[in-house]
Amino acid sequence: MDALTVHRLHFAFTITFHYLFPQLTMGLALLILILKTMALRTGNQHYNRAARFWAKIFAINFAMGVVTGIPMEFQFGTNWSRFSKAAGGVIGQTLAMEGVFSFFLESSFLGVLLYGEKRLGPKAHWWAAFLVFAGSWLSGFFIIAADAWMQHPTGYQLGVNGEILLTSLSGLLLNSWLFWQYLHNMIGAVVTGSFVMASVGAFYLLTKRNEDYGRTFVRLGVIAGTVSTLLMAFPTGDGQGKNIAFHQPPTLAAMEGLFETEQGAPLALIGQPDLENHRLDNPLTLPDALSFLTYQRWGAEVKGLDAFPPDRWPDNIPLLYYSYHIMVGLGTMLIGVMALASLGLWRGTLYRSTARLWLLMLMLPFPYIATTAGWITAEVGRQPWLIYGIMRTPAGVSPHVSTGNALFTLIGFMGIYTILAILFLFLVYRAIGEGPEPVLETRAATV
Amino acid sequence: METTWFCLVAVMIGMYVVLDGFDLGAGIVHLLVARTDTERRIVLGSIGPVWDGNEVWLLAAGGTLYFAFPALYASSFSGFYLPLMIVLWLLILRGTAIEFRNHIQSLVWQPLWDAVFAGSSALLAIFFGAALGNVVRGVPLDASGEFFLPLWTDFTAGQETGILDWYTLLIAVAALLTLTLHGALWVALKTEGELERRAHRVAKSVWWLLAAWVVLITVSSFRIQPHLQESFRARPWGYVFPLCALVGLIGIRLLTGTRNGLAAFLCSCLFILGMLTSAAFGLYPYVLPSNGNQAFSLTVHNAAAAPYGLNIGLVWFIPGMLLTAGYFTYTYRNFSGKVKAQDGAH
Repeated sequence: MDALTVHRLHFAFTITFHYLFPQLTMGLALLILILKTMALRTGNQHYNRAARFWAKIFAINFAMGVVTGIPMEFQFGTNWSRFSKAAGGVIGQTLAMEGVFSFFLESSFLGVLLYGEKRLGPKAHWWAAFLVFAGSWLSGFFIIAADAWMQHPTGYQLGVNGEILLTSLSGLLLNSWLFWQYLHNMIGAVVTGSFVMASVGAFYLLTKRNEDYGRTFVRLGVIAGTVSTLLMAFPTGDGQGKNIAFHQPPTLAAMEGLFETEQGAPLALIGQPDLENHRLDNPLTLPDALSFLTYQRWGAEVKGLDAFPPDRWPDNIPLLYYSYHIMVGLGTMLIGVMALASLGLWRGTLYRSTARLWLLMLMLPFPYIATTAGWITAEVGRQPWLIYGIMRTPAGVSPHVSTGNALFTLIGFMGIYTILAILFLFLVYRAIGEGPEPVLETRAATV
Repeated sequence: METTWFCLVAVMIGMYVVLDGFDLGAGIVHLLVARTDTERRIVLGSIGPVWDGNEVWLLAAGGTLYFAFPALYASSFSGFYLPLMIVLWLLILRGTAIEFRNHIQSLVWQPLWDAVFAGSSALLAIFFGAALGNVVRGVPLDASGEFFLPLWTDFTAGQETGILDWYTLLIAVAALLTLTLHGALWVALKTEGELERRAHRVAKSVWWLLAAWVVLITVSSFRIQPHLQESFRARPWGYVFPLCALVGLIGIRLLTGTRNGLAAFLCSCLFILGMLTSAAFGLYPYVLPSNGNQAFSLTVHNAAAAPYGLNIGLVWFIPGMLLTAGYFTYTYRNFSGKVKAQDGAH
């Protein structure tokens, strides 16, 4: 293993593990806000208790996101110093803005959300939920702005020594790439939040515990999940796909396993990219579909990998192809599950349908896998560039951090994150086991 | 404009050390002053609602450093690779300990996290101190403004030095003593009864040690970094910074144990800010001096980002900081007064 490989694995491992948590934070922040809004609208304490239960899970998840998030900012400097030196004046802006505008907001009001309910009253407490939601979604915006700039740099100029100079802050924050990528990512967070909520609700209904809450969680999870899974495919997934088609055409070809330029290009459903022979093995394809999805014309020409010099091809085409297909495949499955569940909800049979509840419960890991696969698609798809068209990945690494030192800290992170993962699962499992507060009998007594 | 950002980054780092410093310090004195589970809950409760916000200053200062001085961020973070990674691991362990300690009632769960909390807090103070020591002493920068330091070599502070040598260890111990005192004063401020008395006792005994240590590090800093003397000679108004530190240090001595716990704590803040600004003033215009060829040193000029970024940065930074001041005022006002056992949500 050379130093570059270890540095890449270092970032890939820590960011993949980190993003398991913020996606739930951001999705759940919205769902908790919806529960708080329902409580405020109806005056029914049931929704407040439901919100309190999810806030408890949120807090554990948030803590994990914080402690695994700090290393991300540091690693730009520690492992990718040449990149930071060249581009820090640009993406440092968005990272600093994230700290100043979202982390201070989030950290200040999370405490109020968790412990301030009694003292503040319902309206102020709703505002705390809103500000935590706003902080987490803003934080997502600034991070996606940094990534969008690496995918499709805007608002910059190259200096005489190759340094990258920011020339327009609005160019950085209103990058055309950013719009769809941000929406696609945030809706993805809502998908994860919805499936987690529906899954816990289904678990309660199947184990015949906390069934009041189980129904609320399943209902909210399925409604939010149906809307968000559909939005995931269209328009946000479609928009993100067009970003790639127009700005990173070799990446599109590699994602689709399209080795040769074709008019009326097929969409590969299944198949294995064969790099030795430049073809897709065992293909199962929809004829002309890729042309239509990209250009809305069945006969349009889509450039294959052969149209680009190999040094502009992504450096791990099979990984890119598989992660993209896993994302799309799982996304389609998640739409199907939510469609089935919402049909049951509409007919009023879902809460009694053991098969569908089992299905909902077992879906828990899949939105996480789909999101992770989506991010692998985005980041492996950007290769061989670190900043698309400007800086290749090997040019960005820290030149004086040796393989041995990088491997030492990668192994260290693996060890610590293993412990964190065990702790997290243990504590969340306990919190779900304890469940929301039982309904007090006072209301029944007064009726 | 570079100098403005140098001052702003220095202020942000100062805010981080003063704010996260008291919760790190609370961690350091945790096992000393709190004996029972209830007492330890109170100590944790005294930082519970604010520690995370305090730590955000580290991220915000890091982000600001990143965009205002990208060359410094790149050089120092990759050069201090090993200690920074260890700092990250300690921050992870410490955050986990604070957040997860009270989730489970068990005779093996709490003592474990109490030890992790105390140990990681103390080690963080030591590493942050050593980092400051490295910046004052200088590092072996090459012509491209880069370096890499092992954790230690022969401890001589010469050309082939490591992160830890006799000088940086002196600063590390100074940081440990300072934050111990700072944390003890915070705990005393936020608690009552036996806890408050024990915290006062710790603060009083650490004070003497710290006062002696301050003399030691002042003398050795001027010896190891000749530029400090040049700075103070060239701009004598800079003596106001060490004077602040001195006033703070004396103030702590006079006010510890009196009924004015807040004033004692604020004196400790003044002491910390005085020491840090003295170092920053003394080093200016260097942000990372070379311990060899002075021409390779990083300064506010050669490490800064281009003018457009620095100018536009102020446009969002100032309103952002005003908002932040608002949140912090709100949070700390909500959280004023002594922490009682039954408040211990954390």
